[in-house]
Amino acid sequence: METPFSSAQPGTAPPPAVPLPNEPPSIVARNVNVWYGDKHAIKNVSIDIYRRQVTAFIGPSGCGKSTFLRVLNRMNDIIEGCRVTGKITLDGDDIYDPRLDVVQLRARVGMVFQKPNPFPKSIYDNVAYGPRIHGLTRSKKELDEIVEKSLRRAALWDEVKDRLDEPGTALSGGQQQRLCIARAIAVSPDVILMDEPCSALDPIATAKIEELMDELRQDYTIIIVTHSMQQAARVSQRTAFFHLGDLVEVGSTEQIFTRPQDRRTQDYITGRFG
Amino acid sequence: MSNQPAKDGIPLRSPQDAAGAAAAAVALPREAVDEAVVANRSASRHTTAEAEKRLRRRYAAQRRFKAYGITAIAIAVGALLWLLITLLANGLSAFQQTYIRLEVTLDPALVDPRGDRSEESIRTGDFGGAIRQALRERFPDVVGRERLRNLFGLLSSGAEFDVRDKVLADPSLIGTKQTFWVLASTDVDMLRKGFFERQPDGGAGGRLNAEQVAWFDQLKAAGDLDLRFNKRFFTNADSREPEMVGILGGVVGSFLTLSVCLVLCFPFGVAAAIYLEEFAPKNWFTDLIEVNINNLAAVPSIIFGLLGLAVFLNFFGMPRSAPLVGGIVLALMSLPTIIIASRAALRAVPPSIREAAYGLGASKMQVVLHHVLPLGLPGMMTGSIIAMAQALGETAPLLMIGMVAFIVGIPKGLTDSATVLPVQIFMWADNPERGFVEKTSAAILVLLAFLLTMNAIAIFLRKKFERRW
Repeated sequence: METPFSSAQPGTAPPPAVPLPNEPPSIVARNVNVWYGDKHAIKNVSIDIYRRQVTAFIGPSGCGKSTFLRVLNRMNDIIEGCRVTGKITLDGDDIYDPRLDVVQLRARVGMVFQKPNPFPKSIYDNVAYGPRIHGLTRSKKELDEIVEKSLRRAALWDEVKDRLDEPGTALSGGQQQRLCIARAIAVSPDVILMDEPCSALDPIATAKIEELMDELRQDYTIIIVTHSMQQAARVSQRTAFFHLGDLVEVGSTEQIFTRPQDRRTQDYITGRFG
Repeated sequence: MSNQPAKDGIPLRSPQDAAGAAAAAVALPREAVDEAVVANRSASRHTTAEAEKRLRRRYAAQRRFKAYGITAIAIAVGALLWLLITLLANGLSAFQQTYIRLEVTLDPALVDPRGDRSEESIRTGDFGGAIRQALRERFPDVVGRERLRNLFGLLSSGAEFDVRDKVLADPSLIGTKQTFWVLASTDVDMLRKGFFERQPDGGAGGRLNAEQVAWFDQLKAAGDLDLRFNKRFFTNADSREPEMVGILGGVVGSFLTLSVCLVLCFPFGVAAAIYLEEFAPKNWFTDLIEVNINNLAAVPSIIFGLLGLAVFLNFFGMPRSAPLVGGIVLALMSLPTIIIASRAALRAVPPSIREAAYGLGASKMQVVLHHVLPLGLPGMMTGSIIAMAQALGETAPLLMIGMVAFIVGIPKGLTDSATVLPVQIFMWADNPERGFVEKTSAAILVLLAFLLTMNAIAIFLRKKFERRW
């Protein structure tokens, strides 16, 4: 395989459409390889993820975009037989350093999953769970504040403020997913990973989540895996295209969708395969 | 596959054709469209006569399959009903017992030998003599040793205890004449309940002679012989006399044994399941453990009894016939069942919940304790209660550790000699006397009631704690 870096590699030639922020990248991945047993799922991927931006991972099914997302908060640790090589740093800390605590890492890198998965507990307890286990609050009042703030940020507060003790599973799909986002931001992470967060939602709920992402990027680094190219185009500032475990191309969203450098990217976004 | 040419010779229409037809249809008036639809119907390979025949065959197969299922359920329900009806027919009568009404003179010389009305004195009193005296007064024309013995044979040897207890409760009765319903013998009871057939010579069931039957009829005609609620069945332990037996000894024994069993196997079983399912590495050693747990669940229960006999009784010298040892043996037997059920319950917790918790930075311990365990607990409890119900019905291992002894007293502690309900049933069923048949059935009914209660609790717990996700 050829080296999958295009001219859009950050630092070398910033794409004109969206100027890169002046600060250093939040997440730096270099030569990352992932194996599931014998299967080489991610091949030598290097990428920079910037703060206060939405970065979209796109690509056909089984291309490794979800796998790479899960590598970033070590959710792959749970999977038996998964092996990761290469170096990934979050604000300078090597996240695969054996001395690094994975619990701490996941507090810094929150995650929202494909299927809304609220705990079968009350709405309040769902949001309060993270702050509780990390001991972020000293009093009930402080916790109440965090819950309210998180639900407000997730644009869910007005819908649920009168029924915080109802089970989170009783909400609609879109509300459940926003609850999961509130749950993730209650821990105040630096990065939020979203693994196809809208694939189980209807268009209206999807629009709400996308709107929310746009707002959240003021404060958080957001990485979203999506099957929908329109969604990537709508919400992200930077887009990375994965194919068969390779990172084919990464660049500003506009550049990827209008002037892809790689033939495979072009084929994919024009719908020739996928 | 999708483009496979039609086997029946009807070509599949291409999408272009369909689109063209639809475009043409738009321009046509409604009636013409309807006509075209009807005309076009035969063109589909799914509406030909052959296809419809295939469809009918499919529905017929489905109906047949449903019929098999209904038949199987009907047979199962029928068998269950048959069992239940047989038990009820045989056993319901055991909840009543035949009593004889007698005017008993509580002669102080007989019932209070020391004359101080103290408890010790009354306990040594000859209440049997007083009752026999009363029966003689009822039939004054009976004389002679042989005839008197036959007359007294109408009474149970336990008849005096009821009267004694009443006098103990109220010593002022001494010296007065009182009416008592005293317990009749099992033969009288059987005749009263119609289990003994009358013989041509006037006797009944080969146990009562003509004269006894005559007395019986006389008492019955006078209303002095009747069925009354058999309280003794629920307050007594075992006895040699079928009219005096009770199940309380077995029930208390079962309760003590099961308590030991539950205390031992629930925490150990659940802890083992959690460790194996959530923490243990998957390697050949844990595979070996898993295989052996499954094997243990299939080991015949009597083997566990032999183990208990060899290890707990002979090696550790624990008491024989004790609920403590019975509980330990049953716990060993139930442990694999609980572990397997608990692991299944843990495995049923959706991975998305685990992921959500891990994603928030919960440690493994927190994921298990906060999320997996609460969701798995209803299943674990159900499994444990079903294992307990199994243990409640277990007989074989308890035979080996001596819980099959004839024990008249009600056990007061874990190391007292005791028996359990199913062993009690086993022993009564072994007894040839006719009076034990109904008691056996009645005890089975009580055991079934306990099992049903436990299963109902299991269902209730599952419904109460079950959470949806």
